[in-house]
Amino acid sequence: MLEVQGLTCFRQNRCLFAGLNFVLSEHQICQIEGPNGAGKSTLLRAILGLFRADEGQIIWSGKSTTQQAELFLQQVFFLGHKFAINSDLTPWQNLEFWSALNPTQNDDFASALTKVGLTGLEHIPCHSLSAGQHRRVALARLWLTNTKLWVLDEPFTAIDKSGVQLLQQRFNSHLTSGGMILLTSHQDLSQEFAQLHTIKLTDNTGEII
Amino acid sequence: MNNLSTSKPLSYWSAFKSIFIREIKLAWQKPTQLVQPVVFFLIVVTLFPLGISPAPKTLQMIGPGVIWIAAILAIMLVVERLFRQDYQEGTIEAWLLSTVPMSLLVGAKLLAAWFISCSVLVLITPVLALLMNIETHVIPALMLSLLVGTPILLFVGAIGNALTVGLNQGGVLLSLLVLPLYIPVLIFATSLIEAATLNMSYTGQMSILISMLLVSCFFAPVAIAAALKNTVN
Repeated sequence: MLEVQGLTCFRQNRCLFAGLNFVLSEHQICQIEGPNGAGKSTLLRAILGLFRADEGQIIWSGKSTTQQAELFLQQVFFLGHKFAINSDLTPWQNLEFWSALNPTQNDDFASALTKVGLTGLEHIPCHSLSAGQHRRVALARLWLTNTKLWVLDEPFTAIDKSGVQLLQQRFNSHLTSGGMILLTSHQDLSQEFAQLHTIKLTDNTGEII
Repeated sequence: MNNLSTSKPLSYWSAFKSIFIREIKLAWQKPTQLVQPVVFFLIVVTLFPLGISPAPKTLQMIGPGVIWIAAILAIMLVVERLFRQDYQEGTIEAWLLSTVPMSLLVGAKLLAAWFISCSVLVLITPVLALLMNIETHVIPALMLSLLVGTPILLFVGAIGNALTVGLNQGGVLLSLLVLPLYIPVLIFATSLIEAATLNMSYTGQMSILISMLLVSCFFAPVAIAAALKNTVN
């Protein structure tokens, strides 16, 4: 269970959100909404410890994440705004190097790349792929990872309709197997996920709906 | 299909190896990065006889110093873009979120960077030494000093790069930060070569260089990891 307690973040002397509280438990998906610059990405990064929050703490299964950073990171998958795909390496190599540093259920890169529709493109450098395909390489990791908490920053950007559907299917199977998902997106996801929680970031404080 | 409990064990050694191999593959795919410092090193040294004097005595006198300064400048080129691509593509963030210690990953990258960019500088030094009319008995000392000295330059420079990689015009700041720190290395290295020229023992200078190398080997990865964490914030 992920628990955010009194999280406050400032950026350039501007308060993005103050005293934000929410809980995310197994089988739950939570969407963070808000206009551009509201602090959605900062919130995700603060939860992971990539951004130093000014106040508040993140509790993971009963203990603060700063006290058990390694244990927490072992169970988190993050897909950020920059998605750590080296453009000079091939999709295959990118997955290979990623899996050496991250917990995975298996190293079946071929089937992961097939899932995201990159069959036949495994061994060409990523810089010759389109923006959407580039993104699909990053998303192929979702079929390899075995972490519990997925933190995804705009996972649907540059992805076509069938790709979005595929991702939603993967999200659902992750949720049924006891996972949790925290994501930012401008799309309306209430149709696809019955149990969707939403956090709206506005001018100053997050309000939970 | 998805079992959240089973996981392939992560080993630090295989993570270290994978970063090392990744760097070598990247260098292989982008040979300009491999060739550029070497060509720069060669050209800078070749310019000195043309610019100062081709007289053998003059060259012999300035030769070791010129080679060392050219090596410093060539390494500045390497250091300047060391973490740039990884930072821009988000790889640094991914490393920070891995359970493998960041300093270990940084260490692997630095070791690979030394093999890719600096080892060649040491290897082509004899050719340049002949060009600069340096006496043959001095060449081993010159090579040894570069062998021990270049990793120090690389590690210290990498700290500067890690601190400035998030800035738009980090290059200028990098030289201001890093070049003064290269002075002690240059002083002891040239003093070592001078002793070798006079047929004196240079173990003293060598010990100092080696101790600097050990200190930088030990502290640089930790400092770089902390600097990168701060840059990403």
